[in-house]
Amino acid sequence: MALNPSSVGKSYPSSRPYPVESETIRRFAEAVGDPAAVYTDPQAAEALGHPSVPAPPTFPFIVVARAMGEVFRYDDIGFDPTYLIHGDQRFEYARPVRVGDRLVTTLEITGAKNLRGRDVLTLRADVADAGGEHVVTLHMTFVSLSAVEGGGHDDAPR
Amino acid sequence: MMTLRAEHVEVGDELPARTVTVARGDLVRYAGASEDFNPVHWNPRVAHEAGLPDVIAHGMLTMAIAARTVTDWAGDPAAVVDYRTRFSRPVVVPDDAQGASVEVRGRVVARLDDDLVRIDLVVTSGGTKVLSDARVTVRLAS
Repeated sequence: MALNPSSVGKSYPSSRPYPVESETIRRFAEAVGDPAAVYTDPQAAEALGHPSVPAPPTFPFIVVARAMGEVFRYDDIGFDPTYLIHGDQRFEYARPVRVGDRLVTTLEITGAKNLRGRDVLTLRADVADAGGEHVVTLHMTFVSLSAVEGGGHDDAPR
Repeated sequence: MMTLRAEHVEVGDELPARTVTVARGDLVRYAGASEDFNPVHWNPRVAHEAGLPDVIAHGMLTMAIAARTVTDWAGDPAAVVDYRTRFSRPVVVPDDAQGASVEVRGRVVARLDDDLVRIDLVVTSGGTKVLSDARVTVRLAS
């Protein structure tokens, strides 16, 4: 299935709130191999002036990925998001994500084109807290593997 | 963590270099923590079908590993105000005891205002640059 160019400029309804819990941040910091106390110890976080334990800088991606899984339908983007590989990524932070946040993500498709036989999708995600305050904006590009012969849809785990 | 102050930073400063090993188990752990179950990160057959030499690390894991070089140096994750990269080459993770090695170097390349500096990161695996144009803008304590 080919990329759907009419999706460019399309915005999606905001995601359900993503509740940020201390255990989620601890597990993420451990998975990226960062033992800094600020990611696990409320006192260490407070000593740096954080109101609660902050997340590592790339954590917002998993919040946005969850939102993508929620709001995208296969027909919207023309390929299975399971088989996307990451082309580029940018984060613009107002502040770190932190424990207690309930984050709402709003997604927009900013580009959809075919480059050298591969579908390329660019997205913007604005992440806000429960009060509507901006937390972080993500800009990202994904490249489809399904353009490759036998890209493996049979293995889709969902 | 000690927070780095702007007055102690000069253009040209090198951040402490780090080398991090990424093995298959690390990919499984990151897949679980991030809920990214794309099979190219754990299934060699799917990786081959996708034209990759073997299972590859999540780009976001590499980006996270590189981020630590900056947050350790700055002393506070809140110092990072902008972070971007292109994933130019995959980190190929062989099924052996060693896994892949990711080397991260960083340098202060510009002072944008009194407290704001730009860091350029060089991130390689097996001598190949895996992140391109990896740039971090950091707000230091004044």
